Amino acid sequence: MRVGIVTFPGSLDDRDAARAVRYAGGQAVPLWHGDEDLSGVDAVVLPGGFSYGDYLRCGAIARFAPVMAAVVDRARAGMPVLGICNGFQILCEAHLLPGALMRNDRQTFVCRDQALTVANATTAWTSGYQEGQRIVVPLKSGEGGYVAPEATLDALEGEGRVVVRYAGSNPNGSLRDIAGITSENGRVVGLMPHPEHAIDALTGPGTDGLGFFSSVLASAVSA
Amino acid sequence: MTDSVSTAAQTPDVEQPWAELGLKADEYATIREHLGRRPTSCELAMYSVMWSEHCSYKSSKVHLRQFGEKAPQTDALLVGIGENAGVVDVGDGYAVTFKVESHNHPSYVEPHQGAATGVGGIVRDILAMGARPIGVMDPLRFGPLDAPDTRRVLPGVVAGVGSYGNCLGLPNIGGEVVFDPSYAGNPLVNALCVGVMKHDDIQSSGATGVGNLVVLYGAKTGGDGIGGVSVLASETFTDSGPTKRPSVQVGDPFTEKLLIECTLELFRDDVVVAIQDLGGAGLSCATSEMASGGTGGMQVALDKVPLRDSTLAPEEILMSESQERMMAIVEPAKIEAFMAVCERWDVLATVLGEVTDTGRLVVTWHGETVVDVPPRTVAHEGPVYSRPYHRPGWQDALQADEPTPQRLARPTSPTDLRDTVLRMAAAPNLADKEWVTEQYDRFVLGNTVLAQPEDSGVLRIDEQTGLGVALSTDCNGRYAKLDPYEGARLALAESYRNVAAVGARPLAVTNCLNFGSPEDPEVMWQFAEATRGLADACLELGVPVTGGNVSFYNQTGDTAILPTPVVGVLGVIDDVTRRTPQAFTTPGQVVYLLGETRDEFGGSEWAHEVHQHLGGRPPRCDLDAERALGEILIHASRDGLVDAAHDLSDGGLAQALVESCLRGNIGVRVWVPDGLDPFVFLFSESQARAVVAVPRSEEVRFTDMCTARRFPHQRIGVLDDGDPDTGPVIDVQGQFAVALEQLRELRTRRLPDAMA
Repeated sequence: MRVGIVTFPGSLDDRDAARAVRYAGGQAVPLWHGDEDLSGVDAVVLPGGFSYGDYLRCGAIARFAPVMAAVVDRARAGMPVLGICNGFQILCEAHLLPGALMRNDRQTFVCRDQALTVANATTAWTSGYQEGQRIVVPLKSGEGGYVAPEATLDALEGEGRVVVRYAGSNPNGSLRDIAGITSENGRVVGLMPHPEHAIDALTGPGTDGLGFFSSVLASAVSA
Repeated sequence: MTDSVSTAAQTPDVEQPWAELGLKADEYATIREHLGRRPTSCELAMYSVMWSEHCSYKSSKVHLRQFGEKAPQTDALLVGIGENAGVVDVGDGYAVTFKVESHNHPSYVEPHQGAATGVGGIVRDILAMGARPIGVMDPLRFGPLDAPDTRRVLPGVVAGVGSYGNCLGLPNIGGEVVFDPSYAGNPLVNALCVGVMKHDDIQSSGATGVGNLVVLYGAKTGGDGIGGVSVLASETFTDSGPTKRPSVQVGDPFTEKLLIECTLELFRDDVVVAIQDLGGAGLSCATSEMASGGTGGMQVALDKVPLRDSTLAPEEILMSESQERMMAIVEPAKIEAFMAVCERWDVLATVLGEVTDTGRLVVTWHGETVVDVPPRTVAHEGPVYSRPYHRPGWQDALQADEPTPQRLARPTSPTDLRDTVLRMAAAPNLADKEWVTEQYDRFVLGNTVLAQPEDSGVLRIDEQTGLGVALSTDCNGRYAKLDPYEGARLALAESYRNVAAVGARPLAVTNCLNFGSPEDPEVMWQFAEATRGLADACLELGVPVTGGNVSFYNQTGDTAILPTPVVGVLGVIDDVTRRTPQAFTTPGQVVYLLGETRDEFGGSEWAHEVHQHLGGRPPRCDLDAERALGEILIHASRDGLVDAAHDLSDGGLAQALVESCLRGNIGVRVWVPDGLDPFVFLFSESQARAVVAVPRSEEVRFTDMCTARRFPHQRIGVLDDGDPDTGPVIDVQGQFAVALEQLRELRTRRLPDAMA
């Protein structure tokens, strides 16, 4: 399976996302923000970083990059898309996912090994987990507080579209402890924590994050 | 009207503001001598920044020479002192470059931007060597934790370091956070960067090849940081002076990130002849140093420099320290390819001129020549001072004030010892620094094997072979105050020990020498002693100095900071999966104390924290013992004889046990060896010591190794996960027990409470 990794100016975790795809057994395909087609990839990861410096609103400029038009089109047609951290912010700005990410309530950047609970183990990116499973994945962001109107939050919860929640103390003020959500069809997932940094106990807190990447590879095989 | 060279020749008697620009009368006279006329205002600007203390090392040069003269024999050094940063061979065709620099003065004036641009500057230095930057570290020093100004400076500095490094995508893997009253008003913000490349990729900064083009690329030039090096870094702060904020640069890490990727692509495509970053002294430095280091001549049209502020005068353009700029020398045949790479990364690039063989650096401004100088006189032949120095009159009295039991009351009862453990563990210098390090990304790039609070940061540089590097920075300024010669040696010893503790072989040294005013003979004595000590110690341990930085004038009024020679040691580890972490993890494993414990409390954390006392002699520095300990730790790591190791330094054994136990959330039963006073056992800061956790299956092999090497080793405890009801404890048998949860609570709350 070929998984595209988009590099925007200011993307930082693009190499890490590619490594995670490789560890899971997939082929990572670099995609450039200026590309207008997706080189025939089967899924796309929007990696973490500070696209365009994030001097406006995080992800607000990246959503207008040429590559995003193709990502949005294909996502609406069912292609799996994973947005990590800045990628999550971009997916919200591109309206593939509802809500927005705000400055952490503590006002400072936070980098830590974060415990999460998998709330939905049926999406293209989480099918390899069990619902209710506890995982530990690094969180590293300054603007990770998830917000949305009450009605949207109710709908997300009602439809089972909360994918992961912060377990233990809430690190950034996210409403209802939401760490990641999915689209109605369960193909687009955005989350603030970085599963690509939890694929090897040597360089991360463990291997709990690898499931995101192996899930999408498995979904392609079964589809 | 432009003050051109011809104007200058015709108007020799014009009054010039050399004093305001920080030049001394004899320095100004020397410039006139070099030129055979008065300098133009642009030339004056250029000389003033390049001859500043910060750029010219005029007060330190005569002492720094020792690092070269006493350099140990080594094959590891590919590029030595003098380039942007030294380059070390780490095997398998890889080379690593690393350097630490200060950004102390800007960070006091404007903590966030000062610290941020400190990171940016050192990253560009590493990039200019041809390397991909792969990590940063930040040794930081502040006034007392509870001082009002610390609440302004510390959060700003940490946010600045974090925002710049995080946005660049460089893992922050270590550093220091130290509090001492002497740093109030003079915080130390040092920044280290490490980069990796293949041997063939090493770049030079010499402008060679007549007719090759001089290209400026990166950010536009603005009015920020004008005179930063001469005004800020080369003068003592006074209480009543005007605000210096306009001299602090403003950073844009996004532009720097593009600059890094763009520059690495330029290297990959082999389209640059030479490269140099623009840091202190901006264009003045880049043009004069590149010309001086190359064919000898350069012609530059200053009016072509892209400006953020169109009203800037040519003098200001030459002095501006706007960030995120680089200068490259490019063959005319390759300029198109060069420009194409820059365009792909949206990086602005402008041809300013070309390399010549005239031996002159000529700068024009709208057709008029405003600079015409021999570049060596600007860049490499600045003033050199042998400043007077003498041992301070108070030094003997300070050393005589030994922290004997009669002078400083020691805890003796089990209750008092227990209280001391709790108090020390939560002391500002020993408390948990997570409040700081949580603001730094340590994961990005996916190669961080160990990061703070581990003894060293460890980065993997080859995913196939597991080859990696380890880095630590250390200095105990109190030791250096008691004895600057020994203090500098002890700083190296600690850093060396930290690198060995994780299982890496120490290879090379960088340093950031932070001192007060060199115009004070007593400060200058501290500097002379410290450099002599460090050079001697590097020779004895066989690790060469590859480069570094001097920061003088860290004083307010007559009060200088503690002499603070921060030493960074780089080590190599053949297989990062063999690294030794600090955490105790496995019940039943045996704890050994390596090294000899003596009654040594001069400059100790205990004397500082409990008695606010500084006096006596620092602990004995025995570099043979350090080397022997290092060998044991490295072999133990390679052969799998230990599962955890932690060096003993500030706070002694008690602190090391607290840290290793908390990190792995496991307790320890400890017994005090016969004949040793429990207080000395727990809190002495004797050097060349470490604690290790040994699996029982390896115990015989481990002790045999120590015995064969005749290195003192004592079995002092066993790891124990404790009673399920009380949780893990540190139990000093026959004395007291203290619960890890209580220690954790006290240690983690200390910084957040102070910053709240």
